Amino acid sequence: MERTLSYIDAIREATDQEMARDGSVVIFGLDVDDPKAIQGTTRGLLDKYGPERVFGTPLSEDAMTGVAIGMALAGLRPIHVHIRMDFMLLAMNQLVNIAAKSRYMYGGQVHVPMVVRCMIGKSWGQGAQHSQGLQSLFMHIPGLKVVAPTNPYDAKGCLIQAIRDGDPVIYVEHRILHFQKGLVPESEYVVPAGKARVLAQGKDITLVGISYMVLECLSARDYLSSADIEAEVIDPVWLSPLDIDTVVKSARKTGRLCVVDNGWTACGVGAEIVSQVIERVQQDRHVAVQRLGYAPVTCPPTPVLEDLYYPNARTIASTAYDLVKGGKNAWLPAERKDLAEFEFRGPF
Amino acid sequence: MNERIFNSLYRIRRVEEEIARIYPTDKIKSPVHLSIGQEWIAVGVCEALQPDDTVFGSYRSHAYYLAKGGDLKKMFAELYGKATGCAKGKGGSMHLVDVAHGVMGASAVVGTTIPNAVGYAYAMKLQKSKNLVVSFFGDGATEEGVFHESLNFAALKELPVIFVCENNFYAIHTHISRRQKTPNVCDKAKSHGIEAEQIADGDTQRLYERVNAAADLMRTGRSGPQFFECLTYRWKEHVGPNEDFDLGYRSRQEASPWLERDALPRIECLLAPEVCRRVKTEVEEEISAAIRFAEESPYPAPEDLYKDVIGD
Repeated sequence: MERTLSYIDAIREATDQEMARDGSVVIFGLDVDDPKAIQGTTRGLLDKYGPERVFGTPLSEDAMTGVAIGMALAGLRPIHVHIRMDFMLLAMNQLVNIAAKSRYMYGGQVHVPMVVRCMIGKSWGQGAQHSQGLQSLFMHIPGLKVVAPTNPYDAKGCLIQAIRDGDPVIYVEHRILHFQKGLVPESEYVVPAGKARVLAQGKDITLVGISYMVLECLSARDYLSSADIEAEVIDPVWLSPLDIDTVVKSARKTGRLCVVDNGWTACGVGAEIVSQVIERVQQDRHVAVQRLGYAPVTCPPTPVLEDLYYPNARTIASTAYDLVKGGKNAWLPAERKDLAEFEFRGPF
Repeated sequence: MNERIFNSLYRIRRVEEEIARIYPTDKIKSPVHLSIGQEWIAVGVCEALQPDDTVFGSYRSHAYYLAKGGDLKKMFAELYGKATGCAKGKGGSMHLVDVAHGVMGASAVVGTTIPNAVGYAYAMKLQKSKNLVVSFFGDGATEEGVFHESLNFAALKELPVIFVCENNFYAIHTHISRRQKTPNVCDKAKSHGIEAEQIADGDTQRLYERVNAAADLMRTGRSGPQFFECLTYRWKEHVGPNEDFDLGYRSRQEASPWLERDALPRIECLLAPEVCRRVKTEVEEEISAAIRFAEESPYPAPEDLYKDVIGD
């Protein structure tokens, strides 16, 4: 039977089902057991599984990441939750030096099955330290997996995959995506690592969206269709391992590739995807490329500047138009109410 | 017990002396941080542990690796960068590991394994295991934020973990008095609600007895974490096989009382000479065989470069 769930409920259900199935799954982080229950993603878990498996932590991101690693080494499957990705910067030593490296530097004697859930904020004054999309930092590190599901179906399937995975997985959520609704099977299922989705077919240009930017790319596709341009939209879902084959196939077909990251462009996901595609096709196919992402500044909270900071459906469509038709800023579609930005209202 | 302690102490001392002897030949392809002079801490603690207990440590890893039962052949092979090493040549001296014997690895970044030990202890408690965990670290680690975060959490959750600070007073070349306003390590532990005891006299047997008592309480659920600060002295340079008194940051005079209270002769004089002779002969044979094993072992194959990055 078909059933609609929110992204939030999909996460909660995936966690609940895995905790019921496997007594070694534990979940913790700041506020995991408080009344707001991480936007509702951990609601009910404390009552069902008790405070030893579901707990709020001291404000010690560094040590608690190390604790998760120690748990994983001892056979548990910890899920560590950060309500903002920015807070993970306090945990980089443990993630990069231990979680990512243990399997390799201990010659395969150990592995570290852990999930780090983290949320990216946007709008309503999130500002400098509640808005960063740092996924490319983690993609850089051998031994870490990175996933950024963009719909409720993938939110559930990717989380179950991440929990069952034998390696550390950085599970990137976006606060706006939390409000997405979609079909989610009740049964357990996994979305395997390393497979992208082609969300919409098109012959003129390939748009690759990262995290929340998938939504903007889909809207951009609608704008572009009014200019008789057919965009193909790809959601990589897993950023590491990255399914570059799917992107290469599409770019080879359309001859044009625009990667829209939910992060800065320098050394970003777009830089990586564009480079890998060019390396693969340059012998026999010209592909015009473009990266879009945050403006190369610190995120300003004031809406006037923040609007300029992020790519949106119209600026993506405009960029795509130039790639297809030539020219620079040749076209900017008039705003359509039905494709307006995905509004987020505060406080959180 | 005294014979076991002597065996363990002598074995670690001689292994490291052999490493220092071999090191200038460049056969050992790994920076070595020798424990010579500090071995008694690893020995006193590990003698009180069960085979299924687990230890985590720092880059000065040889002593507790061996004291906990880590495989000697695989250790030498690891230092030589061979495929038969405990980490298949991918860890080196600073990351010795032997999971089968409860040696759960070591980090080159100071303080980093402390929360790993705490997390492991959390799992032991959740799984209702009687096993406990030991976290070895130096005095420098007590300046890291993660040390305090980890102690707080271990105390809060009453976890079965024993913290062992090997206080040799120096972080590389900088004395603790130049790094800490209040260099009383036990007070730091106590401020987190953890019972702490300083062992100042380098007495291996006493350390064993104190840790054994603490472990007993822990295994029967009568105690949360415990903390031991062991005052000690590093005889050799921070990294490498030599002495370093010529650098001028510390004097031979400062070292001499520590050399005089060396744990090895203190325990040797309690044993019958023939027992000591037998132990020494066995240890020398074992070390020779381990070095031969390392020298004769193959290096990793080129395709091993890409193995064990992530799971299959």
